[in-house]
Amino acid sequence: MAENRYLLNAQLAQMLKGGVIMDVVNVEQAQIAQEAGAVAVMALERVPADIRKQGGVARMSDPGLIKAIKEAVTIPVMAKARIGHFVEAQILQALRIDYIDESEVLTPADEECHIDKTRFEIPFVCGARNLGEALRRIAEGAAMIRTKGEAGTGNVVEAVRHMRTMNREIRQLTALPAEEIISFAKVNGIPYELALEVKKLGRLPVVNFAAGGIATPADAALMMQLGCDGVFVGSGIFKSSDPARRARAIVKAVAYFDDPGQLLEVSMDLGEPMAGLDVATMASGERLAGRGW
Amino acid sequence: MDAVAGSDGIGVLDLQGGVQEHLDHLRRVGVAARPIKRAADLAGLAGLIIPGGESTCLSRLLNIFGLDTAIRQAHGKGLKLWGTCAGAILLARENVGETPFLGLIDVAVNRNAFGSQLDSFNREALAPTVAREPIPLTFIRAPKIVRAGEEVRVLLRLDDYIAAAEDDRILVTVFHPELTPSLAFHRYFARKCGLNVAGDDAGLDPDWTPLSWTRFSLHV
Repeated sequence: MAENRYLLNAQLAQMLKGGVIMDVVNVEQAQIAQEAGAVAVMALERVPADIRKQGGVARMSDPGLIKAIKEAVTIPVMAKARIGHFVEAQILQALRIDYIDESEVLTPADEECHIDKTRFEIPFVCGARNLGEALRRIAEGAAMIRTKGEAGTGNVVEAVRHMRTMNREIRQLTALPAEEIISFAKVNGIPYELALEVKKLGRLPVVNFAAGGIATPADAALMMQLGCDGVFVGSGIFKSSDPARRARAIVKAVAYFDDPGQLLEVSMDLGEPMAGLDVATMASGERLAGRGW
Repeated sequence: MDAVAGSDGIGVLDLQGGVQEHLDHLRRVGVAARPIKRAADLAGLAGLIIPGGESTCLSRLLNIFGLDTAIRQAHGKGLKLWGTCAGAILLARENVGETPFLGLIDVAVNRNAFGSQLDSFNREALAPTVAREPIPLTFIRAPKIVRAGEEVRVLLRLDDYIAAAEDDRILVTVFHPELTPSLAFHRYFARKCGLNVAGDDAGLDPDWTPLSWTRFSLHV
Protein backbone atom coordinates (compact mmCIF):
# COMPACT_ATOMS: atom_id res chain seq x y z
CA MET A 1 0.00 0.00 0.00
CA ALA A 2 1.36 3.40 -0.97
CA GLU A 3 1.83 5.91 1.84
CA ASN A 4 -0.81 8.25 0.45
CA ARG A 5 -3.33 5.38 0.23
CA TYR A 6 -2.77 4.53 3.91
CA LEU A 7 -3.28 8.18 4.78
CA LEU A 8 -6.51 8.39 2.75
CA ASN A 9 -7.73 5.30 4.61
CA ALA A 10 -6.89 6.73 8.04
CA GLN A 11 -8.56 9.97 6.93
CA LEU A 12 -11.81 8.21 6.01
CA ALA A 13 -11.87 7.01 9.63
CA GLN A 14 -11.37 10.64 10.73
CA MET A 15 -14.53 11.54 8.83
CA LEU A 16 -16.43 8.88 10.82
CA LYS A 17 -15.49 10.48 14.17
CA GLY A 18 -18.41 11.28 16.42
CA GLY A 19 -20.50 8.70 14.62
CA VAL A 20 -22.14 5.33 15.15
CA ILE A 21 -21.37 2.27 13.02
CA MET A 22 -24.19 -0.28 13.15
CA ASP A 23 -24.25 -4.03 12.51
CA VAL A 24 -26.92 -4.98 9.95
CA VAL A 25 -27.87 -8.38 8.56
CA ASN A 26 -30.10 -7.37 5.63
CA VAL A 27 -31.05 -4.51 3.31
CA GLU A 28 -34.00 -3.43 5.45
CA GLN A 29 -31.84 -3.07 8.56
CA ALA A 30 -29.20 -1.20 6.56
CA GLN A 31 -31.81 1.31 5.45
CA ILE A 32 -33.11 1.73 9.01
CA ALA A 33 -29.53 2.32 10.19
CA GLN A 34 -28.84 4.92 7.50
CA GLU A 35 -32.16 6.65 8.12
CA ALA A 36 -31.33 6.84 11.84
CA GLY A 37 -28.03 8.58 11.11
CA ALA A 38 -25.42 5.78 11.21
CA VAL A 39 -22.09 6.89 9.69
CA ALA A 40 -21.47 3.39 8.31
CA VAL A 41 -22.93 -0.09 8.44
CA MET A 42 -21.20 -3.39 9.18
CA ALA A 43 -22.77 -5.93 6.82
CA LEU A 44 -22.90 -9.46 8.21
CA GLU A 45 -25.04 -12.61 8.22
CA ARG A 46 -25.47 -12.88 11.96
CA VAL A 47 -24.97 -10.32 14.71
CA PRO A 48 -22.53 -11.36 17.45
CA ALA A 49 -25.33 -12.30 19.88
CA ASP A 50 -26.58 -14.90 17.37
CA ILE A 51 -23.08 -16.13 16.52
CA ARG A 52 -22.63 -16.69 20.24
CA LYS A 53 -25.95 -18.54 20.56
CA GLN A 54 -25.64 -20.69 17.45
CA GLY A 55 -21.97 -21.60 17.85
CA GLY A 56 -20.04 -23.36 15.09
CA VAL A 57 -17.49 -21.67 12.85
CA ALA A 58 -18.30 -18.05 12.01
CA ARG A 59 -16.90 -16.98 8.64
CA MET A 60 -17.00 -14.00 6.28
CA SER A 61 -20.60 -13.31 5.20
CA ASP A 62 -21.89 -14.27 1.75
CA PRO A 63 -20.56 -11.54 -0.60
CA GLY A 64 -23.98 -11.50 -2.29
CA LEU A 65 -25.54 -10.25 0.94
CA ILE A 66 -22.81 -7.63 1.41
CA LYS A 67 -23.25 -6.49 -2.20
CA ALA A 68 -27.01 -6.10 -1.77
CA ILE A 69 -26.45 -3.96 1.34
CA LYS A 70 -23.78 -1.89 -0.45
CA GLU A 71 -26.26 -1.14 -3.22
CA ALA A 72 -29.02 -0.17 -0.79
CA VAL A 73 -27.18 2.60 1.12
CA THR A 74 -25.01 5.65 0.39
CA ILE A 75 -23.03 5.52 3.68
CA PRO A 76 -19.79 3.49 3.87
CA VAL A 77 -20.14 -0.28 4.11
CA MET A 78 -17.81 -2.40 6.23
CA ALA A 79 -17.62 -6.19 6.45
CA LYS A 80 -15.74 -8.67 8.60
CA ALA A 81 -12.95 -11.07 7.66
CA ARG A 82 -11.61 -13.72 10.03
CA ILE A 83 -8.38 -12.93 11.87
CA GLY A 84 -5.52 -13.99 9.59
CA HIS A 85 -7.82 -14.92 6.67
CA PHE A 86 -6.19 -12.79 4.00
CA VAL A 87 -8.17 -14.45 1.20
CA GLU A 88 -11.49 -13.39 2.74
CA ALA A 89 -9.95 -9.91 2.82
CA GLN A 90 -8.95 -10.19 -0.85
CA ILE A 91 -12.55 -11.10 -1.72
CA LEU A 92 -13.92 -8.16 0.26
CA GLN A 93 -11.45 -5.83 -1.45
CA ALA A 94 -12.56 -7.19 -4.85
CA LEU A 95 -16.15 -6.41 -3.80
CA ARG A 96 -15.00 -2.77 -3.29
CA ILE A 97 -16.59 -2.21 0.07
CA ASP A 98 -15.20 0.70 2.10
CA TYR A 99 -13.57 -0.92 5.18
CA ILE A 100 -12.67 -4.41 6.39
CA ASP A 101 -12.97 -5.37 10.06
CA GLU A 102 -10.44 -8.11 10.85
CA SER A 103 -12.62 -9.37 13.64
CA GLU A 104 -12.41 -11.66 16.65
CA VAL A 105 -16.20 -12.03 16.39
CA LEU A 106 -15.54 -14.51 13.58
CA THR A 107 -13.64 -17.72 14.25
CA PRO A 108 -9.92 -17.02 13.72
CA ALA A 109 -8.33 -18.61 10.64
CA ASP A 110 -4.80 -18.16 11.95
CA GLU A 111 -3.80 -18.20 15.63
CA GLU A 112 -0.31 -16.92 14.92
CA CYS A 113 -0.52 -14.24 12.24
CA HIS A 114 -2.98 -11.45 11.64
CA ILE A 115 -3.50 -10.26 8.06
CA ASP A 116 -0.60 -8.28 6.58
CA LYS A 117 -2.78 -5.27 5.91
CA THR A 118 0.01 -3.32 4.21
CA ARG A 119 -0.52 -5.54 1.15
CA PHE A 120 -4.04 -4.19 0.61
CA GLU A 121 -5.38 -0.94 -0.81
CA ILE A 122 -8.59 -1.18 1.22
CA PRO A 123 -8.57 0.08 4.83
CA PHE A 124 -8.77 -2.20 7.88
CA VAL A 125 -10.11 -1.67 11.38
CA CYS A 126 -8.90 -4.07 14.09
CA GLY A 127 -9.87 -4.75 17.69
CA ALA A 128 -7.51 -4.22 20.64
CA ARG A 129 -7.61 -4.72 24.40
CA ASN A 130 -4.57 -2.60 25.23
CA LEU A 131 -2.01 -0.23 23.76
CA GLY A 132 0.40 -2.94 22.64
CA GLU A 133 -2.29 -4.81 20.74
CA ALA A 134 -3.51 -1.59 19.08
CA LEU A 135 -0.01 -0.62 17.98
CA ARG A 136 0.80 -4.12 16.68
CA ARG A 137 -2.29 -3.91 14.46
CA ILE A 138 -1.29 -0.42 13.30
CA ALA A 139 2.20 -1.76 12.50
CA GLU A 140 0.49 -4.42 10.35
CA GLY A 141 -1.36 -1.66 8.47
CA ALA A 142 -4.64 -1.07 10.33
CA ALA A 143 -5.93 2.46 9.63
CA MET A 144 -8.42 2.45 12.50
CA ILE A 145 -8.66 0.75 15.91
CA ARG A 146 -11.62 -0.26 18.06
CA THR A 147 -11.78 -1.75 21.52
CA LYS A 148 -12.65 -5.43 21.44
CA GLY A 149 -15.04 -5.24 24.35
CA GLU A 150 -17.05 -8.46 24.55
CA ALA A 151 -19.26 -8.63 21.46
CA GLY A 152 -22.80 -9.96 21.62
CA THR A 153 -23.18 -9.57 25.38
CA GLY A 154 -24.89 -6.19 25.68
CA ASN A 155 -22.46 -5.68 28.54
CA VAL A 156 -20.15 -2.67 28.29
CA VAL A 157 -17.75 -3.78 31.05
CA GLU A 158 -15.06 -5.18 28.75
CA ALA A 159 -15.10 -2.19 26.38
CA VAL A 160 -14.61 0.04 29.43
CA ARG A 161 -11.75 -2.16 30.63
CA HIS A 162 -10.04 -2.03 27.24
CA MET A 163 -10.42 1.73 26.89
CA ARG A 164 -9.22 2.42 30.43
CA THR A 165 -6.25 0.11 29.85
CA MET A 166 -5.29 1.92 26.66
CA ASN A 167 -5.65 5.33 28.30
CA ARG A 168 -3.59 4.24 31.30
CA GLU A 169 -0.80 2.79 29.16
CA ILE A 170 -0.73 5.92 26.99
CA ARG A 171 -0.40 8.09 30.11
CA GLN A 172 2.41 5.85 31.42
CA LEU A 173 4.25 6.01 28.12
CA THR A 174 3.85 9.77 27.88
CA ALA A 175 5.46 10.21 31.29
CA LEU A 176 8.49 7.97 30.63
CA PRO A 177 11.99 9.39 30.18
CA ALA A 178 13.47 8.62 26.76
CA GLU A 179 15.78 5.84 27.98
CA GLU A 180 12.88 3.82 29.42
CA ILE A 181 10.78 3.77 26.27
CA ILE A 182 12.49 0.85 24.59
CA SER A 183 12.04 -1.28 27.69
CA PHE A 184 8.34 -0.27 27.93
CA ALA A 185 8.01 -1.15 24.24
CA LYS A 186 9.63 -4.54 24.81
CA VAL A 187 7.49 -5.44 27.82
CA ASN A 188 4.26 -4.39 26.08
CA GLY A 189 5.13 -5.81 22.65
CA ILE A 190 5.03 -2.39 21.01
CA PRO A 191 7.00 -1.48 17.87
CA TYR A 192 9.54 1.11 19.09
CA GLU A 193 8.82 3.76 16.44
CA LEU A 194 5.12 3.66 17.26
CA ALA A 195 5.89 3.95 20.97
CA LEU A 196 7.79 7.18 20.20
CA GLU A 197 4.88 8.43 18.11
CA VAL A 198 2.34 7.79 20.88
CA LYS A 199 4.60 9.44 23.47
CA LYS A 200 4.71 12.56 21.28
CA LEU A 201 0.96 12.60 20.51
CA GLY A 202 -0.44 11.50 23.86
CA ARG A 203 -2.97 9.29 22.06
CA LEU A 204 -3.21 6.64 19.35
CA PRO A 205 -2.06 7.81 15.92
CA VAL A 206 -5.34 6.64 14.33
CA VAL A 207 -9.03 6.97 15.13
CA ASN A 208 -10.15 4.70 17.98
CA PHE A 209 -13.80 3.62 18.30
CA ALA A 210 -15.49 1.71 21.11
CA ALA A 211 -16.98 -1.69 20.34
CA GLY A 212 -18.24 -4.78 22.10
CA GLY A 213 -21.24 -4.66 24.42
CA ILE A 214 -22.70 -1.19 23.81
CA ALA A 215 -26.49 -1.43 24.20
CA THR A 216 -27.82 1.93 25.41
CA PRO A 217 -27.31 5.66 24.67
CA ALA A 218 -25.68 5.92 28.10
CA ASP A 219 -23.19 3.14 27.20
CA ALA A 220 -22.29 5.00 24.01
CA ALA A 221 -21.82 8.32 25.82
CA LEU A 222 -19.78 6.57 28.54
CA MET A 223 -17.32 5.32 25.93
CA MET A 224 -17.16 8.78 24.33
CA GLN A 225 -16.44 10.40 27.70
CA LEU A 226 -13.67 7.85 28.22
CA GLY A 227 -12.06 9.28 25.07
CA CYS A 228 -13.26 7.12 22.16
CA ASP A 229 -13.78 8.83 18.80
CA GLY A 230 -17.06 7.05 18.01
CA VAL A 231 -18.84 3.74 18.62
CA PHE A 232 -19.75 0.48 16.95
CA VAL A 233 -23.07 -1.01 18.01
CA GLY A 234 -23.41 -4.65 17.08
CA SER A 235 -26.28 -6.63 18.49
CA GLY A 236 -27.45 -3.71 20.67
CA ILE A 237 -29.74 -2.12 18.09
CA PHE A 238 -31.45 -4.87 16.14
CA LYS A 239 -31.75 -7.17 19.18
CA SER A 240 -33.74 -4.48 21.02
CA SER A 241 -37.52 -4.07 20.91
CA ASP A 242 -37.56 -0.82 18.87
CA PRO A 243 -34.41 -0.74 16.70
CA ALA A 244 -35.13 2.47 14.74
CA ARG A 245 -35.82 4.46 17.90
CA ARG A 246 -32.82 3.06 19.76
CA ALA A 247 -30.58 3.69 16.73
CA ARG A 248 -31.63 7.36 16.59
CA ALA A 249 -31.14 7.71 20.34
CA ILE A 250 -27.60 6.29 20.23
CA VAL A 251 -26.68 8.60 17.30
CA LYS A 252 -27.86 11.58 19.34
CA ALA A 253 -26.11 10.35 22.48
CA VAL A 254 -22.77 10.16 20.66
CA ALA A 255 -23.14 13.69 19.25
CA TYR A 256 -24.13 15.10 22.66
CA PHE A 257 -22.06 12.69 24.78
CA ASP A 258 -21.07 15.35 27.31
CA ASP A 259 -24.53 16.87 27.80
CA PRO A 260 -26.48 15.01 30.54
CA GLY A 261 -29.67 16.97 29.73
CA GLN A 262 -29.71 15.67 26.15
CA LEU A 263 -28.70 12.19 27.31
CA LEU A 264 -31.66 12.15 29.69
CA GLU A 265 -34.00 13.12 26.90
CA VAL A 266 -32.77 10.51 24.42
CA SER A 267 -32.72 7.74 27.02
CA MET A 268 -36.46 7.89 27.75
CA ASP A 269 -39.06 5.40 26.49
CA LEU A 270 -36.76 3.36 24.27
CA GLY A 271 -38.42 0.01 24.94
CA GLU A 272 -36.52 -3.11 25.95
CA PRO A 273 -32.76 -3.19 25.35
CA MET A 274 -31.19 -6.45 24.18
CA ALA A 275 -30.94 -9.12 26.86
CA GLY A 276 -27.48 -8.98 28.40
CA LEU A 277 -24.90 -11.52 29.51
CA ASP A 278 -22.73 -11.36 32.60
CA VAL A 279 -19.19 -11.55 31.29
CA ALA A 280 -17.79 -12.43 34.74
CA THR A 281 -19.60 -15.80 34.80
CA MET A 282 -18.72 -16.77 31.21
CA ALA A 283 -16.24 -19.57 30.59
CA SER A 284 -13.01 -18.24 29.11
CA GLY A 285 -13.67 -20.22 25.91
CA GLU A 286 -16.87 -18.24 25.37
CA ARG A 287 -15.05 -14.93 25.42
CA LEU A 288 -14.30 -13.57 21.96
CA ALA A 289 -11.85 -10.86 23.06
CA GLY A 290 -9.14 -13.43 23.75
CA ARG A 291 -8.96 -14.27 20.05
CA GLY A 292 -5.98 -12.61 18.33
CA TRP A 293 -3.13 -11.14 20.33
CA MET B 1 -25.50 40.62 11.96
CA ASP B 2 -22.34 42.70 11.92
CA ALA B 3 -19.89 40.16 10.60
CA VAL B 4 -16.67 41.87 11.67
CA ALA B 5 -17.00 44.06 14.74
CA GLY B 6 -17.22 42.03 17.94
CA SER B 7 -16.98 38.82 15.99
CA ASP B 8 -16.11 35.55 17.70
CA GLY B 9 -14.51 34.33 14.50
CA ILE B 10 -15.45 31.12 12.80
CA GLY B 11 -17.39 28.18 14.18
CA VAL B 12 -17.11 24.54 13.14
CA LEU B 13 -20.32 22.53 13.35
CA ASP B 14 -19.50 19.87 15.96
CA LEU B 15 -22.06 17.12 15.47
CA GLN B 16 -20.01 14.51 13.61
CA GLY B 17 -17.01 14.32 11.28
CA GLY B 18 -13.78 16.27 10.74
CA VAL B 19 -14.25 18.93 13.41
CA GLN B 20 -10.80 19.04 15.07
CA GLU B 21 -9.11 19.15 11.66
CA HIS B 22 -10.88 22.40 10.73
CA LEU B 23 -10.34 23.94 14.17
CA ASP B 24 -6.64 23.13 13.89
CA HIS B 25 -6.38 24.78 10.45
CA LEU B 26 -8.27 27.88 11.63
CA ARG B 27 -5.91 28.18 14.59
CA ARG B 28 -2.93 28.01 12.20
CA VAL B 29 -4.46 30.83 10.16
CA GLY B 30 -4.72 32.90 13.35
CA VAL B 31 -8.52 33.06 13.50
CA ALA B 32 -10.60 32.60 16.64
CA ALA B 33 -12.42 29.28 16.25
CA ARG B 34 -14.78 27.19 18.31
CA PRO B 35 -16.94 24.08 17.99
CA ILE B 36 -20.69 24.67 17.59
CA LYS B 37 -23.20 22.17 18.96
CA ARG B 38 -26.29 24.26 19.65
CA ALA B 39 -28.31 26.98 17.93
CA ALA B 40 -27.40 29.47 20.68
CA ASP B 41 -23.68 28.94 19.95
CA LEU B 42 -24.09 30.65 16.55
CA ALA B 43 -24.43 34.12 18.09
CA GLY B 44 -21.58 36.44 17.19
CA LEU B 45 -19.98 34.20 14.57
CA ALA B 46 -18.76 35.66 11.27
CA GLY B 47 -18.64 32.27 9.62
CA LEU B 48 -19.54 28.62 10.10
CA ILE B 49 -17.88 25.56 8.59
CA ILE B 50 -20.00 22.47 8.01
CA PRO B 51 -17.30 19.79 7.96
CA GLY B 52 -16.92 16.49 6.16
CA GLY B 53 -18.57 13.50 7.75
CA GLU B 54 -21.65 11.57 6.70
CA SER B 55 -24.27 13.89 5.25
CA THR B 56 -27.25 11.72 6.26
CA CYS B 57 -26.04 11.60 9.85
CA LEU B 58 -25.35 15.35 9.92
CA SER B 59 -28.76 16.13 8.41
CA ARG B 60 -30.55 14.04 11.06
CA LEU B 61 -28.69 15.73 13.89
CA LEU B 62 -29.19 19.23 12.45
CA ASN B 63 -32.86 18.49 12.08
CA ILE B 64 -33.48 17.07 15.53
CA PHE B 65 -32.06 20.01 17.44
CA GLY B 66 -33.34 22.85 15.25
CA LEU B 67 -29.86 23.86 14.14
CA ASP B 68 -31.01 23.74 10.50
CA THR B 69 -33.52 26.55 11.07
CA ALA B 70 -30.99 28.54 13.10
CA ILE B 71 -28.34 28.21 10.35
CA ARG B 72 -30.83 29.30 7.67
CA GLN B 73 -31.81 32.34 9.76
CA ALA B 74 -28.19 33.29 10.55
CA HIS B 75 -27.30 32.93 6.86
CA GLY B 76 -30.18 35.26 6.06
CA LYS B 77 -28.65 37.82 8.41
CA GLY B 78 -25.17 37.56 6.87
CA LEU B 79 -23.44 34.51 8.40
CA LYS B 80 -20.93 33.10 5.90
CA LEU B 81 -20.98 29.34 5.39
CA TRP B 82 -18.42 26.86 4.07
CA GLY B 83 -19.30 23.24 3.43
CA THR B 84 -16.56 20.66 2.80
CA CYS B 85 -17.58 17.33 1.23
CA ALA B 86 -20.67 16.28 3.25
CA GLY B 87 -21.08 19.95 4.19
CA ALA B 88 -21.28 20.86 0.49
CA ILE B 89 -23.97 18.21 -0.01
CA LEU B 90 -26.01 19.72 2.84
CA LEU B 91 -25.71 23.27 1.47
CA ALA B 92 -26.57 22.44 -2.18
CA ARG B 93 -29.92 23.45 -3.63
CA GLU B 94 -30.09 20.28 -5.70
CA ASN B 95 -28.97 16.79 -4.75
CA VAL B 96 -29.09 14.40 -7.72
CA GLY B 97 -31.71 11.71 -7.06
CA GLU B 98 -32.31 12.84 -3.48
CA THR B 99 -34.05 15.57 -1.49
CA PRO B 100 -31.83 18.61 -0.85
CA PHE B 101 -31.27 19.62 2.78
CA LEU B 102 -30.35 23.23 3.59
CA GLY B 103 -30.53 24.20 -0.11
CA LEU B 104 -28.77 27.54 0.34
CA ILE B 105 -26.43 27.69 -2.69
CA ASP B 106 -27.53 27.19 -6.27
CA VAL B 107 -25.44 24.16 -7.19
CA ALA B 108 -26.31 20.53 -7.90
CA VAL B 109 -24.23 17.80 -6.26
CA ASN B 110 -23.95 14.11 -6.99
CA ARG B 111 -23.14 12.13 -3.87
CA ASN B 112 -20.42 9.40 -3.90
CA ALA B 113 -19.78 10.28 -7.52
CA PHE B 114 -16.36 8.64 -7.60
CA GLY B 115 -17.30 5.28 -6.03
CA SER B 116 -16.10 3.55 -2.86
CA GLN B 117 -13.14 4.27 -0.56
CA LEU B 118 -10.88 2.51 -3.07
CA ASP B 119 -11.64 5.41 -5.43
CA SER B 120 -10.62 8.12 -2.92
CA PHE B 121 -7.58 10.05 -4.17
CA ASN B 122 -5.18 12.98 -3.88
CA ARG B 123 -4.26 15.43 -6.61
CA GLU B 124 -2.98 18.98 -7.03
CA ALA B 125 -4.58 21.87 -8.87
CA LEU B 126 -4.37 25.61 -9.30
CA ALA B 127 -7.35 27.67 -8.09
CA PRO B 128 -6.14 31.16 -9.11
CA THR B 129 -8.79 33.06 -7.10
CA VAL B 130 -7.72 31.27 -3.90
CA ALA B 131 -3.93 30.93 -4.16
CA ARG B 132 -1.06 31.60 -6.56
CA GLU B 133 0.44 28.14 -6.14
CA PRO B 134 -1.18 24.77 -6.89
CA ILE B 135 -3.04 23.38 -3.86
CA PRO B 136 -2.92 19.74 -2.69
CA LEU B 137 -6.43 18.27 -2.73
CA THR B 138 -7.81 15.25 -0.84
CA PHE B 139 -11.00 13.61 -2.11
CA ILE B 140 -12.58 11.01 0.23
CA ARG B 141 -15.71 9.31 -1.09
CA ALA B 142 -16.31 12.74 -2.54
CA PRO B 143 -19.37 14.18 -4.27
CA LYS B 144 -19.15 16.09 -7.54
CA ILE B 145 -20.71 19.49 -8.17
CA VAL B 146 -22.36 18.92 -11.53
CA ARG B 147 -24.09 22.26 -12.07
CA ALA B 148 -23.59 25.82 -10.83
CA GLY B 149 -26.27 28.52 -11.09
CA GLU B 150 -25.77 31.98 -12.59
CA GLU B 151 -24.93 33.65 -9.30
CA VAL B 152 -22.36 31.04 -8.42
CA ARG B 153 -18.67 31.51 -9.26
CA VAL B 154 -16.65 28.42 -10.08
CA LEU B 155 -13.34 28.45 -8.19
CA LEU B 156 -12.00 25.12 -9.41
CA ARG B 157 -13.11 22.95 -12.30
CA LEU B 158 -11.52 19.51 -12.81
CA ASP B 159 -12.28 16.99 -15.55
CA ASP B 160 -16.08 16.77 -15.85
CA TYR B 161 -17.01 18.38 -12.53
CA ILE B 162 -16.73 21.46 -10.34
CA ALA B 163 -14.65 20.93 -7.20
CA ALA B 164 -15.03 24.35 -5.54
CA ALA B 165 -17.55 27.16 -5.98
CA GLU B 166 -18.98 30.13 -4.12
CA ASP B 167 -21.63 32.79 -4.06
CA ASP B 168 -21.53 35.93 -1.93
CA ARG B 169 -22.14 34.14 1.34
CA ILE B 170 -21.33 30.48 0.78
CA LEU B 171 -18.24 28.48 -0.18
CA VAL B 172 -18.48 24.81 -1.15
CA THR B 173 -15.58 22.39 -1.73
CA VAL B 174 -16.00 18.70 -2.47
CA PHE B 175 -12.44 17.99 -1.25
CA HIS B 176 -10.90 18.37 2.23
CA PRO B 177 -8.40 21.26 2.63
CA GLU B 178 -8.33 20.49 6.37
CA LEU B 179 -6.65 17.14 5.61
CA THR B 180 -3.69 18.73 3.82
CA PRO B 181 -0.89 21.11 4.84
CA SER B 182 -2.45 23.88 2.72
CA LEU B 183 -4.13 26.73 4.61
CA ALA B 184 -5.15 28.54 1.42
CA PHE B 185 -8.88 27.76 1.53
CA HIS B 186 -9.10 28.53 5.27
CA ARG B 187 -7.47 31.92 4.66
CA TYR B 188 -9.79 32.49 1.73
CA PHE B 189 -12.87 31.71 3.81
CA ALA B 190 -11.66 33.82 6.75
CA ARG B 191 -11.25 36.80 4.39
CA LYS B 192 -14.70 36.09 2.96
CA CYS B 193 -15.93 36.38 6.56
CA GLY B 194 -14.22 39.78 6.83
CA LEU B 195 -11.60 38.59 9.33
CA ASN B 196 -7.94 39.51 9.48
CA VAL B 197 -5.76 36.52 8.67
CA ALA B 198 -2.11 35.78 9.28
CA GLY B 199 0.37 34.70 6.62
CA ASP B 200 0.67 34.57 2.88
CA ASP B 201 -1.68 32.77 0.50
CA ALA B 202 1.10 30.74 -1.01
CA GLY B 203 2.88 27.76 0.43
CA LEU B 204 2.11 25.03 2.92
CA ASP B 205 2.24 25.02 6.71
CA PRO B 206 5.56 23.28 7.49
CA ASP B 207 4.36 22.40 11.01
CA TRP B 208 1.22 20.59 9.91
CA THR B 209 1.29 16.78 9.85
CA PRO B 210 -1.49 14.26 9.13
CA LEU B 211 -1.53 13.67 12.90
CA SER B 212 -2.10 17.32 13.87
CA TRP B 213 -5.75 16.51 14.59
CA THR B 214 -4.72 14.10 17.36
CA ARG B 215 -2.83 16.87 19.17
CA PHE B 216 -5.96 18.99 18.93
CA SER B 217 -8.35 16.33 20.17
CA LEU B 218 -11.19 17.77 22.19
CA HIS B 219 -11.70 15.12 24.82
CA VAL B 220 -8.41 13.48 25.74
